[in-house]
This record gives sequence, structure tokens and C-alpha cells, in this order.
Amino acid sequence: MLSKLSFQTQKKVILICFITIPLLLLFTFAYYPALELLRLSFMKWNGVSANKEWIGFANYVEVFSNPDIFGVFKHNFAYFVVGIIQNMLALFFAVILNTKLRGRNGFRLLLFLPYILNGVAVAYLFGYVYDTTNGSLNALLGSLGFEQLSQTSWLGNKDFVNYTLASVGLWRFMGFNMVIYLGALQSIPSDLYEAASIDGANAWQKFSKITLPNIYKIIELNLFLTVTGALEVFDLPFVLTKGGPAGASETFVMKIIETAFQFNNYGLASAMSVVLLLFVVIVLSIQRYLLSRGDD
Amino acid sequence: MGVIGKLQQGLKYIILCLAALVILFPPYIIVVNAFKTKEKFFEASTMSLPDSFFYFDNFVQAFKQASIPLAFGNTATIIIVTLFFNILLGSAFCYAISRFQFRLQGILVGLFMFATIIPQITTQVVNYKTIASLGLTNNLMGPVLLYIGADIIQIYIYLQFIKNIPYELDESAMIEGASLVRIFRSIIFPLLAPATYTIIILKTISIYNDFFVPYLYLPRAQHVVVSTSLMRFFGNNSGDWQLISAAILIIMIPTAVMYLFLQRYIFSGVTSGAVK
Repeated sequence: MLSKLSFQTQKKVILICFITIPLLLLFTFAYYPALELLRLSFMKWNGVSANKEWIGFANYVEVFSNPDIFGVFKHNFAYFVVGIIQNMLALFFAVILNTKLRGRNGFRLLLFLPYILNGVAVAYLFGYVYDTTNGSLNALLGSLGFEQLSQTSWLGNKDFVNYTLASVGLWRFMGFNMVIYLGALQSIPSDLYEAASIDGANAWQKFSKITLPNIYKIIELNLFLTVTGALEVFDLPFVLTKGGPAGASETFVMKIIETAFQFNNYGLASAMSVVLLLFVVIVLSIQRYLLSRGDD
Repeated sequence: MGVIGKLQQGLKYIILCLAALVILFPPYIIVVNAFKTKEKFFEASTMSLPDSFFYFDNFVQAFKQASIPLAFGNTATIIIVTLFFNILLGSAFCYAISRFQFRLQGILVGLFMFATIIPQITTQVVNYKTIASLGLTNNLMGPVLLYIGADIIQIYIYLQFIKNIPYELDESAMIEGASLVRIFRSIIFPLLAPATYTIIILKTISIYNDFFVPYLYLPRAQHVVVSTSLMRFFGNNSGDWQLISAAILIIMIPTAVMYLFLQRYIFSGVTSGAVK
């Protein structure tokens, strides 16, 4: 039936039918919320009542001046530090697994495995590992003779609870970064290395003069993923420590959810969301700028 | 291979085996404890092997208490409905936007690409209100709508893929008298199959593993999904690690098995998804 119509008419029908719904969804769930967040961030609103009061920048002043809110980013910082270590390890293993090695596919399979496991399951998996009395890490430390160390409350000490949690992130995401690095390494033509070998270059020279410059962009990409990931941490501390002890492992996203859905302070929660959104957008814009500059 | 070469090779294996131990240590603990009786769990070391790997009481109890059948059913419903619309809307959209010349074309693609930098986790405060006003909180279709609307990785993947299908195919079909809808249905969509598989795998894993959305939008017991069922179960049985270990295993096994069978697609999908 449709084929009776001219291609021009068909084209119009298809364009309208195929584009309207995705476009509608895009505006409803991406652009509208971004703009609405901005509007709400200047309001005092409990999320239910009909009257929203315009209070100017008061919410933003609160976000930046209240150490209970902005100071929480200190906790996110731990994830950033561990994320850097995670990237170095990932690159290291990618380089190893990119050489001729029997069983390298098996190792790649194993190192990537944690990434596809359910996040809540992984959280409890480590809840067990890090448990003070029944935990397997302390049992292991005890059996190796580290009596003192085997009494450690890994998730109960406010000084390093965030690093304990971030180490779970390392376990879970290192393989993901590694697979991305590995993909980039495999695209470097092997004759470059052969030529370097003929010229007498050693392994380090090959790595620093051939490998690094060729995967520079991918390193950049992974580092930006690390930064945005660190800014957006939620599941792990929420499931494992509920932000404890005494709020020491609360992350910024947890604070937003708490402010909105427990304290019903939607204006403040919106301002916090806008701040987070801006941070992420700034980080990603820098990344895209650097990447596009590299293309020219 | 010289002595140094052999030493290097040996060192690599030692390092890789250490890494493998670190990866396997936490799951090992869960596996051995999931098969222990309560008495055995309290008297023996956490690292010791159970008396038998045929003791399934913990699994049976976890299965019942964590409402595993209900949780898997709800998760499966969400995944299937989401995938259906993701694939239908995503492929049709990409066909329309990349095969025809029209004004606003560039702007439309740009709008979608730009939206990828808005992190979903920041917009939940408003999206929650939107879903609530549609009456879709405490409804499996609430998360479905979010997964369809807010995540646009499928559009990105289809757009990359459709570029590589030569336009001559469309042209010769048009000469044969096929309608554009038919061209999409019988030529383009089947050729997009690899992209479709990638999307199915990536989305299945990400929805199965998501905790944030179901926690926020599906608080009632009857709507429990895989991630939230484990959390409830933990809350009711904290300290009974042999039970929790069994529940963790039940939840981790499906994606692990899927991974073993579909590793090639998963690796390529993850790489293309990350480099967007």
C-alpha cells in the first residue's frame, strides 16, 4: 500500500513516524530535567506543595558554604585516587596480555569477569571479605601471622573507609579499563615494534616511544571515565556502609538522594544536582575538546 | 629465547597468577561458605572447604526468602520490554536520520549526541517527579520508560553501524519497487543484526546490574528485582553469611554464564560503548 505513494511522500511519513517518539523521549528525560533542575535550584520547594518560593542563589550558597554538603566531595576524592592506580594497573596488564603468552585469553577473561557481575552482589561479596570478625581478609591476615592487622575494622574506620570501598571499585572495574587499553594496543601496527627491535630498542624504549604516544587518547578517555565515575559513586557505599561510620563514606550522589527523598528539600537537591552536572559537563567538554583537537 | 627472555616470561606469569588470585579470592569464599551448614560455618575457618558440595539447604532458603523467582521474573519483564522498544525505536530512528537528507538532520544528531554528556544520575530528582506524574512509580513500566528514554547508547551504536551499509542497497530495492518501510524491514534491519546483538547484551547486563533505578522507583515488595532482592535479603539475615553467600551466588551466576558464552560480543560491545 505504501509503495503506491511517491518516495517523497513516503519519506515524509517515515521521518515523522520514526523520529517523533525518540525525540519526545529525549526532551522528556534529558533536556527537560536539565532545565527543570536549573529552575528548581532557585526555589524553596518540598516536592509536594503547590507553592514554590523563589529564593535566588540561596541554595547554591548553601551547597558551597555548608561543609556537610560540599565537603562530601572529599569522600569522592578517594575513588579518584584509587581510580588512577586502577588505570595504571589496567595499562600494565593490557601491555602484558598484548605480548605472546600462552593462556592470555584465559587471563583476559578472568580479569574482566568482575565487571559483568551484579553490583549489589559484588558489594556484599566484599562486605564479607572486609567483615571485622567473620571476614575472610582478616582471617587470611591472621593465618599469615599479622595478628595486629587482622583486627582491623576495614569498613568501620572513618579514616580509610572510602579507600576500602574504592578498592572494591578497583577490583570491579580494572578489567574494564584493561579491555579498552587492550583494544587500543592491538590496533598499533606490529611492524613498528619490529622496526624498533631491529634498531636495538629495549622494552622500555618501545613502551615509551611507540606504545604510549599511540594510545594517548585512550588513556585520556579512561582517565575521564575515572573522574566522572568518581563523581557519581552511589551503589557501593549505599549498599555496604549506608554512608557510615557517622557519614564518613557518604558520597555526593547519596547526599542528593537523601536531601530530595528523605528531607524533601527539592530546591537544595536540585542545586546540588546542577553543581554535579556542571562538574561532569566541564570534565567531559575538556575531554571532547582534547580529542577533537587531536583529530585535526 | 634467552635466559632473560625466559625470566621475563616467568615473571609475567607470576604477576598474572597473583592478579588471578586477587580476582578469585572473594568469589572463592562465597562458594565454599554457601555450601556450609550453620554449625560448620561457626566452627570452621571461613576459608575452609565445606563438608560437601551437595548441601543445598542455604540455596533453597535463599531462593524462598529472597523471592528469587519473583525477582527474576520482574527483572526479565523489564529487560524484555525495554529491549523491544529500544531496538524498534532505535533502529527506526537511525534509519530515518541517516538515510534521508533533510533540514535539521545535523541538529537532530547533535541533540542526541550532546545529551550523552548529561549524566542520568543527576537528573533523577526531576525524572522522579515526571515518572510519578505519569503514575508509573511502583510500576515495572516506570523503570522501563527510563531505560528507553534516558539511555541513548542504542542510538549511538546503530548510527555507527548503519553508516557501513552501502546506500546502493536501498537504491536498487527502490528500483525494484519496494516501499521505504519494506526496505527498512527486510534489508536494513536484518543487516543491523550485529549491532542489535551488541545492544541486547549491553542493555541486559546494565539493567540486570542496575540498582539505583529499581531502588528509587520500585520500593514495594511485589516489584522486587534482582538487585533489590539481595539487599532485602541481606537486611533480614545479616550475619548469616552462609545464607547470604548462597543468595549472592544465585544472583551472580546468570551474567557470569552469559559472559562465558558471549565473551567475544561483550568485549567488542564494551569497547565500542565506552569510546562513544
